[in-house]
Amino acid sequence: MVKLLDTYKTYDNGTKALKGVTLTIEDGEFVFIVGPSGSGKSTIIKMLAAEVRPTSGKVMVNGFNIGAIRQREIPYLRRTIGVVFQDFRLIENKSVHENVAFVMRAVGASPRAIKKRVPYVLDLVGILHKSRRLPGELSGGEQQRVAIARALVNNPSLIIADEPTGNLDPARSFELMTLLEKINMLGTTVVVVTHEKELVNQFEKRVVTIDGGIVISDKTGGYYSERMNLYYGNGQIQH
Amino acid sequence: MGKYSIRYFLHEGLHSIVVHGFMSFAAVTVIAACLLIIGTFSLVAYNIDVLIDSLEAQNEIAIYIDESYTREQALALEAQLRSIDNVSDVIFVSKEELFDDYLETLGEDAVIMEDLRDDNPLRDSYRIIMKDVSLHAETVEALEQVAGVAETNSQKELSDRLLQIRQVVNAVSYTLIALLGAISVFIISNVVRLAMFARREEISIMKMVGATNGFIRVPFVIEGVALGLMAAVVAFFAQWGVYRYIVSGLMQGIAMFDMVPFDAFALPLLGALILAGLGLGVGGSVLTIRRFLKV
Repeated sequence: MVKLLDTYKTYDNGTKALKGVTLTIEDGEFVFIVGPSGSGKSTIIKMLAAEVRPTSGKVMVNGFNIGAIRQREIPYLRRTIGVVFQDFRLIENKSVHENVAFVMRAVGASPRAIKKRVPYVLDLVGILHKSRRLPGELSGGEQQRVAIARALVNNPSLIIADEPTGNLDPARSFELMTLLEKINMLGTTVVVVTHEKELVNQFEKRVVTIDGGIVISDKTGGYYSERMNLYYGNGQIQH
Repeated sequence: MGKYSIRYFLHEGLHSIVVHGFMSFAAVTVIAACLLIIGTFSLVAYNIDVLIDSLEAQNEIAIYIDESYTREQALALEAQLRSIDNVSDVIFVSKEELFDDYLETLGEDAVIMEDLRDDNPLRDSYRIIMKDVSLHAETVEALEQVAGVAETNSQKELSDRLLQIRQVVNAVSYTLIALLGAISVFIISNVVRLAMFARREEISIMKMVGATNGFIRVPFVIEGVALGLMAAVVAFFAQWGVYRYIVSGLMQGIAMFDMVPFDAFALPLLGALILAGLGLGVGGSVLTIRRFLKV
C-alpha cells in the first residue's frame, strides 16, 4: 500500500516540488498519475523508490516509512517495487534473457529459480521468442516489454511506470497499457505516470491529477484534459 | 547475498579484468614494479640486519703486532695478553698464515699475489677471544695499552657503520613504501573507477531493483584484489631474479658479504607480497567504490 500524508518536498535549490500531497493507493489498484511537466509527478515517483525523502509529512510504501528509512533498508524497499522508465534503460550488451535474469541475481536468487522465472515473465509480456536478442535488435515497444518483464521478475507488489509510452506510437502504447492492465489483474498494484490524455481516457481507471505540487483531482473511471489547465473527472470540472 | 552469488561475483570481477585488458596489464605491471622496488630495499635492509647481528655476535678481536718486533718478541706477548681481564683465549697467527688465508679468499685470482710471498706486507697478529662481548670497548682499550700492539681490528666499527647504512636504507624503504603504496592504490582505484564507469547503467539498475551496496561492491573489490594478487605474484618472481642475479652479485662484488639465500625467506616474502597486494587491491577498490556509490 502507498500512503502520502500532507507531504511537502523542497529541494536544496529552493524548488517547492510538493506542497501538501495526500494520497492513498490500496493494494491491487491501477492508478494513473497525470499532470504537466514540473507538476511534481516525478518527485512522487522518486519518493516512492526512496530516491528523495519528504521535507515534511509522511510517506509509507509497502510498510516502509520513507521519511525515516535507513540507508541499508532501501534495497529491501526497492525489492517490493518494480520500476519501468520511458527510456527503457536496458543494458545494451546483454541479451533480453540476461537483462531480466541479472536483476534476479542481484537479489541473490538461485540459478534454478532464475531458470524457471525468467522465461515465465518473458512469456507473460509476449517476448519469450526474442529472449536471445540484444536490446538494439528490438523495436521500442518490444524493449519496453523487456523493461516490464525486468520490473516484474522479482515479483514486486507495486509496479511504477514513469512515462512508459513516451517513446512509443499510439498502437504500441495501447498494447503496453493493456499489458500493464493484465499484470494488475494478476494482483500487482500499478501506478502509471503519464501526460498522454488520450491513452488515459481509453482506460476506465483511477486518475490522480497533480499540478503545482498539489493533488487537484482524484477520480475513479475519470479522464482529463489539459485545456485551460483545468482537469476533469467523469466530465465534471474539478477545482 | 546468497550462496549462488559467489560464482557471479568471481565471473563479474575477473571478466572485467579481461574486458579492460590493457588497463589491467598496465596496472599489474606498475604495481608489481612498485612492490619490486619496495621488496628490493626491504631485502637489502634485511641482509644488513642479518650481517650486523652476526658481527655483533662475534666475540673476537684481531690485534696486529708492530713491524719492528721479531717473531720471538711477538710470541712473548702472549702471556701479557692472556692476563687482561675478559680475555678467555689468545691465538697467535703468523703473517705467513695470514697471507695464505688471504690468498684463499681470492681463489683463482690468488696467482697475481703469489709474487708477494717473499716480501709479505702483512704483520704477525693475535686473535683475542673475549669472555663477554658487552665489554668489547674496555677490552680493546686494554689491548691497545700493551706495548707492541700496533693496531686492533674488531668487527665493531664495521658493525657501527652498517648500523648507519641500515638506518638510511630503512628511511628510504619507509618513504618508498608510503610513496609507491599510494601510487599503487591510486592505480587500482583508477582501474576500478573505469570498470564502474563502464557499468554505471548496470549499477543504477541494480540499485533500482534492490541490490544492496555490498552486492554491487563485491565484483569490483574482487577485481581490485585480483589485480593486487597478480602484481604480487609477478613481483615475487621478479624479486627472485633481481635478488639472485643483480643484488647478490653487486653486494658480493663490493664487500664479499654472504647474502641470505633467497630460499630462506621465499615463503615469508611471498606471504608479505600477497598481503601487500591484497591490501592495495582492497584499499584501491573500496576507496573508489565509496565515492562512486556514495554509501
